[in-house]
Amino acid sequence: MAYSDKVIDHYSNPRNVGTLDKNKKTVGTGLVGAPECGDVMRLQIEVDEATNTITDAKFKTFGCGSAIASSSLATEWLKGKTVDEALAIDNMEIVEELALPPVKIHCSVLAEDAIKMAINDYRVKNGMPALELEKSHH
Amino acid sequence: MLKLPIYLDNNATTPLDPRVLEAMMPYLTDVFGNAASRNHPFGWAAEEGVDYAREQIAQLINCDPKEIIFTSGATEGDNLGIKGIFEMYSQRGNHIITTTTEHKAVLDTCKHIEKLGGKVTYLPVNDKGLISLDELEAAMTPQTILVTIMYGNNETGTIQPIREIAAIAHKHGALFMSDGTQAVGKIPVDVLADGIDLMAFTAHKMYGPKGVGALYVRRKNPRVKVTAQMDGGGHERGMRSGTLNVPGIVGFGKACELARLEMAADTERLSKMRDHLEQSLLPLEESYVNGSVEHRLPHVTNISFKYVEGEGLMMGVKDLAVSSGSACTSASLEPSYVLKALGLSDDLAHSSLRFGLSRFTTQEQIDYAINHVKEAVTKLREMSPLWEMHKEGVDLSTIEWAEH
Repeated sequence: MAYSDKVIDHYSNPRNVGTLDKNKKTVGTGLVGAPECGDVMRLQIEVDEATNTITDAKFKTFGCGSAIASSSLATEWLKGKTVDEALAIDNMEIVEELALPPVKIHCSVLAEDAIKMAINDYRVKNGMPALELEKSHH
Repeated sequence: MLKLPIYLDNNATTPLDPRVLEAMMPYLTDVFGNAASRNHPFGWAAEEGVDYAREQIAQLINCDPKEIIFTSGATEGDNLGIKGIFEMYSQRGNHIITTTTEHKAVLDTCKHIEKLGGKVTYLPVNDKGLISLDELEAAMTPQTILVTIMYGNNETGTIQPIREIAAIAHKHGALFMSDGTQAVGKIPVDVLADGIDLMAFTAHKMYGPKGVGALYVRRKNPRVKVTAQMDGGGHERGMRSGTLNVPGIVGFGKACELARLEMAADTERLSKMRDHLEQSLLPLEESYVNGSVEHRLPHVTNISFKYVEGEGLMMGVKDLAVSSGSACTSASLEPSYVLKALGLSDDLAHSSLRFGLSRFTTQEQIDYAINHVKEAVTKLREMSPLWEMHKEGVDLSTIEWAEH
């Protein structure tokens, strides 16, 4: 299967690979997928409480090129967004941006799930109720 | 100058040996006759080419040329052998024994047999990919008409104890068939000494052309017959109708001749390079060889690099053409059933790469491959959350994964 140029670019030069201190109150962590399924994505955000803005985002992913590219792209998009804006990111936007083929749509779903899980982790840590997340389209 | 990408997927197919092409050329041009045309020189010339190829092929596996039934490839050979025996020997019984690590050409044919009312036993394999002879013995029944077990595995290269298997099958009055696709032309295969009654194999895994293969069908002790699965002009002693692929067959013959003459030298060179590749990659932490190291085809190695996903890894080694046990391009997301049959967990099966060397692989290519794989594995591990957890001492089996 041929990958799009954008997937290859994110895979070869992944943005924001790394780890934030998961114990910090301002950091939210989302870990989705499972090793048996061949995809595990960990996405972390750091939020500026005063402005509710995401100041930093990092990822680590075990998975195929599309999974790596989806998470890399997600971190790029997250930086500078408010938490509410981040919540609005839809997996189909990732599919479009990376030109993912149908068999790779699940990679974008994982990325969306990881974003939402990270936001919820941040919310719960800071005394806010977890958001009820609608199941994204698999 | 090293040409990229480097082809190391020779279990999928091999390049055509130029000497094979040379032998085929006249039959693609001037000698175009139908080998079944008995009334004119065009037909005779074609038939002569086919007869000679039949001899070359027979010599490689030590059989009579008349015992070679030409097919379109090993998949057809497997189908013809299994379905043909099931039909021909239906009065004798309806039970077939095979293994869980066979190629789909055998497994799916066996599933078809089950739909027709046949009974099939799928023997498990141990962690090296080998079947247990005791389990085979225990599975034999008076209804067993056929035992079909592959010679060498396509994913791991593991070689089954063929002679012992044949002896058990014969002791219980069953025929023994082997899918010889990966083994023939790579290691000595002697159907007489091995006790094989039927064997499917193909040209394109041994530097011959695609689209041509053969089913060996024993004619003596015992005389074996299969019911044709392709009806028509009664070619190939009535077992496989259809105009013979003359240029393909001629190329197949030449490929067999070259394999016979060069096997010893090829094996020595290839196993040395394969071992070097393996020994250079295994020092990467958490890397494991899949299958038997002891009973193995000389040109294959299958290695899992834990905490790195195979498809991502293949993209990382873009200068290499290899294959992976990870099947995440398919809709099922299921990793290799062969590796899972060896007892590998899904994540290790997802982390595997298969390297298949060929007559044309060079030491320079292998050295390049070693560095390329090492770099990619290291880079991807730095990107892998599982590797980070492993390094922190987290037991991954204790984590509750948000299943997808």
